[in-house]
Amino acid sequence: MSAISARRRHPVAALAVLLLALFVFGGAYAVFAPESRADVQAASSTQVEEGQKLFAIGCATCHGLGGEGQVRDDGTVIGPSLIGVGAAAVDFQVGTGRMPLARPGAQAEEKEVAYTDEQIEQLAAFVASLAPGPEIPDEDALDTSDLSAGDVARGGELFRTNCASCHNTTGQGGALTFGKHAPNLTGAEPRHIYEAMITGPESMPVFNDNTLDSDEKRKIISFLQSVQEQPNPGGLGIGRGGPVPEGLWAWLIGIGGLIGAAVWIGTKAS
Amino acid sequence: MSAVVNGAGKVVDFVDQRITASNWLKRNIRKAFPDHWSFLLGEIALFSFILLLLSGTFLALWFKPSMQEVMYDGAYANLRGIHMSEAFSSTLDISFEVRGGLLMRQVHHWAALVFLAAMSVHMLRNFFTGAFRKPRELNWIIGVILLVLGVAAGFTGYSLPDDLLSGTGLRIIEGGVLATPVVGTYLSFFIFGGEFPGDDAIARLYPLHILLIPGLILALVAAHLMILWYQKHTHWGGPGRSEKNVVGYPFFPIYVAKAGGFNFIVFGVIVLMAALIQINPVWLWGPYDPSLVSAGTQPDWYVGFLDGALRAMPNWETRLFGFTLSWNVLIPSAIVPTLILGALFLYPFIEQWVTGDRREHHMLDRPRNQPVRTGIGVAFITFYILLWIAGGNDFFATILDIPLNWITWFVRAGVIVLPPVVFWVTKRICLGLQRRDREKVLHGRESGVIMVSPEGEFSEVHAPIPQEDAFELTHHRRQVPVALEPEIDENGIPAPRRRVERVRAGLSSFYFGDVVQKPTVRELEAASHDGHAAITEGDGHAGGERSEIGTGHP
Amino acid sequence: MSEYGGRHGGDVERPEPTGPPVRETVDEPIPDPGLPGHEPRLTDTDPVIERRAERQVAGMFGLASLLMIGFIVAFWIFPIDDGDAVEAVRDSNLALGLTLGGALFLIGAGAIHWAKKLMSSPEVIHERHELRSTDDVRAASLSDFELGTEESGFGRRKLIRNSLIGAMVLLPLPAVVILRDLGPLPGNRKAQTLWGPDVQVLRDGSFQPLRPADLEIGSLVNAMPATFEDLPEEGPERINERAKSPIIVVRMRPGEITPAEGRENWSVDGILAYSKICTHVGCPINLYEQNTHHLLCPCHQSTFDLADNGKAVFGPAARNLPQLPLMVDDEGYLAAQSDFTESVGPSYWERG
Repeated sequence: MSAISARRRHPVAALAVLLLALFVFGGAYAVFAPESRADVQAASSTQVEEGQKLFAIGCATCHGLGGEGQVRDDGTVIGPSLIGVGAAAVDFQVGTGRMPLARPGAQAEEKEVAYTDEQIEQLAAFVASLAPGPEIPDEDALDTSDLSAGDVARGGELFRTNCASCHNTTGQGGALTFGKHAPNLTGAEPRHIYEAMITGPESMPVFNDNTLDSDEKRKIISFLQSVQEQPNPGGLGIGRGGPVPEGLWAWLIGIGGLIGAAVWIGTKAS
Repeated sequence: MSAVVNGAGKVVDFVDQRITASNWLKRNIRKAFPDHWSFLLGEIALFSFILLLLSGTFLALWFKPSMQEVMYDGAYANLRGIHMSEAFSSTLDISFEVRGGLLMRQVHHWAALVFLAAMSVHMLRNFFTGAFRKPRELNWIIGVILLVLGVAAGFTGYSLPDDLLSGTGLRIIEGGVLATPVVGTYLSFFIFGGEFPGDDAIARLYPLHILLIPGLILALVAAHLMILWYQKHTHWGGPGRSEKNVVGYPFFPIYVAKAGGFNFIVFGVIVLMAALIQINPVWLWGPYDPSLVSAGTQPDWYVGFLDGALRAMPNWETRLFGFTLSWNVLIPSAIVPTLILGALFLYPFIEQWVTGDRREHHMLDRPRNQPVRTGIGVAFITFYILLWIAGGNDFFATILDIPLNWITWFVRAGVIVLPPVVFWVTKRICLGLQRRDREKVLHGRESGVIMVSPEGEFSEVHAPIPQEDAFELTHHRRQVPVALEPEIDENGIPAPRRRVERVRAGLSSFYFGDVVQKPTVRELEAASHDGHAAITEGDGHAGGERSEIGTGHP
Repeated sequence: MSEYGGRHGGDVERPEPTGPPVRETVDEPIPDPGLPGHEPRLTDTDPVIERRAERQVAGMFGLASLLMIGFIVAFWIFPIDDGDAVEAVRDSNLALGLTLGGALFLIGAGAIHWAKKLMSSPEVIHERHELRSTDDVRAASLSDFELGTEESGFGRRKLIRNSLIGAMVLLPLPAVVILRDLGPLPGNRKAQTLWGPDVQVLRDGSFQPLRPADLEIGSLVNAMPATFEDLPEEGPERINERAKSPIIVVRMRPGEITPAEGRENWSVDGILAYSKICTHVGCPINLYEQNTHHLLCPCHQSTFDLADNGKAVFGPAARNLPQLPLMVDDEGYLAAQSDFTESVGPSYWERG
């Protein structure tokens, strides 16, 4: 008889077998169970639960406990409905610090991120569980390493067609009406750029994968990266801001400096 | 040294035997040129123009003024495989495949910005010091024409690379031309050879930019300098200076060295700017496509006020009998510039008529002694700056975090309200300065020493000022309003053109009614009879029998 | 000597041929003290300082020469045709510009320093002569002109005079007429675009057609008419149509749209199409704020409400943005019902 068999009537034996079975079946399930479509990013029920708790504390005051949004009687939106906005929207808004909103204003401003990466994943999982919506792009969608120079150039054309009128041809940003603005894209992470395109945050229109497919989006992202890394061959970039800063510098340094030289020429020597 | 003189002598002899050079040389080698920094502003314009000619010639050797579509296959990777015009492609080649090409492009563009800024500052200097008065009205007119030609040269020039930024500017011009009543569409089709943009525009701008406009500018600059040379430069008043003489340093060697040196300094500063600061990076804007536009689209600074006028204008349009009059475009792009130019051209004659002053003027006004003219000038600058702000409204909205629409509203109200306010404030400042000058002449300068009288009264002691300083404060002519002739003179003949004369008398009293006059001899004597002199004799030392400072009167 | 246009008190000048003029009247309180005396510079009195200034000037000229040689060297040691063009050009631009700019600046600075510190010219005074010619010269030139006029007979021979004036008046006309072929007459071209019945809406760039389901609420698509591809590739027609025919297609909730009379069927399930060319002066607009449905033109900030028939709500544009009537064609793709019902782009005189 083996040592285990000898203890088969031990009072703890049943408990041990139960625990063993739980681990075996639970582990097998975790390894072999098919992943559901809405939870591709390994969102388990614990993720959604954790997300719901965080949501209740940090987001529900404006967006409602079930993400249904809150509207006052006179029609003012306190917080829009998040049902259907998808994990991508949460990853973008919370991941760039725009949410939670610091104060009401023309638009949500990018600021210090208030949650850890894991917490953002949990919040995203919760919101995604409310209804199907845009997902966080995976690594393949963001991988620009296989793109050629021609693809980057094509990305530039796409950027100028779809994005430059708000964000400027090099992504410096621009003014919108009544205090809103299209932000400067310098340093923006590829993931967030992709997510902004597919979720259309606040004023930004939606560029879903049917109107701008993921290949085109990769080209746009790689163009942005290329143009931002690129040095300025002419010298100081002065913000790549165009004729306004150029004119200011022409007056300050050009005329200012030359008038200074004129004063030197005109004064009597000591 | 004598070798130089000998060599020069041989050249002069050769020329003199053919065109009598020595007469001219004898009169002009020692010509007096007054030496003040504000007289060098026109030179900045002249020297930056020469740099434009030199750098422009370089660029013209490589630039292709053609809108023929090509596929780019050059050194700038981010545009490879993109379709663009040859004009844009050749600009990329100059920037990335010609050594020194980008430098020359940047020199050319910085020099253009400095050229127009220098002309503007030079014009303002001439305005505020009254240098446009007789006999220099001709040169003022030539100068205003040069300013307009400069703007035209700049606009045609920056449109040549056919990039997204300047192409958008061309589109706006087309929209402006279309607004012309009756013939707008015809003009537009003739300019562009058909619909916008067509494939002729760049090739037509090119001869304007490299031949016609520079040719006109050169001719007018030559005339401008010849008139200036003949009339001799104006000078500031002061000891030893008058309307009848010109005091300065000899043309050769001093002025040649200083002006020649300044030429190189202007060249050097602009080339250094081109080395260190990037300007007009067309590869970042991309080639022009009429269905694309970038945020932050502005013209170069000297067209900015026109773009600002377009932005700030309310959307007025009249539709009658099937015809449209677009006031929203006509007023900012045609009517306002015409009024501004008209005012600039006519101002010397208007002022001459108002003041009735037809003397020759070779001494400059201190701005404070012409409060109304100075006020008008500063009010105009305010108006111009407000339009500038409107032109950059999206830029300022972004960096100052102000809502875009507020800036438009601010400028709409500002251009009506602010210039009169600024005029009034400037005029009061000038009058205040005049009063201070008058006090200085009558009572001397404040010395910072406080005296207590036996009764306990505090007062500041005034020290006498040297005669040179007092003379500088009082040499200017008195300005008094033109007196209106009596309606019927002593022979019973009514005065001619009565209404016109009344208007003129009114304007003249607007100009000079408030002016703080310099003291008269009697007033000076009255002030100094209190026992102390405000002005010292001789060379500035406190001396003479009337210089004690004992009584402490302010 | 002094000329007056009106009466006002003034001073009388006693002109003097040499020396500072003296003005003595009751109104001129301070007499002219005359030109201040010559004050020697340090370089005039101190030979050490003089030699230092000389060395400074020569040093500036010498350094300028070195920099010019440096320019020539930099031209060769900074090639721009191998490696990354942008970085190579940056280095070359900096090197060439600093050497050339520095050299030019130093030549100028040296010349000015020399003039200020070392050149020994004194101040000079010259007389200004009155610019007006003397009376007898004026009279003589006037009489010469009158003599010439008399000899020509221009005044007397009225037939010659009138026919000459007639010819001069007509002279500019050939110069104007010869420019006629600068361009064709506009005709009705401004009022037409490439859109027409059944013309499919194609995505700008990929030129693929669009199904309504491709767009979601808040989408923005830049589009061109399918007839664009029929245009010849050579020549200006394609680029000219890009200045007239582009549209933007947006989708919003159908309940948010307030169509004008007759436009109720111009949208498809909340999908609307508008001209992309601003009605102010022609800039293309695709700056769409999806939450306010406002379209903002970046050029002069004209703003249009796309939920309200493209109404101009702010800025200098006076006319609403033209709307393209949309439908779904037999293949299920978005297409136009017809061309625009008004001209696109900026207003013009005969627009109506």
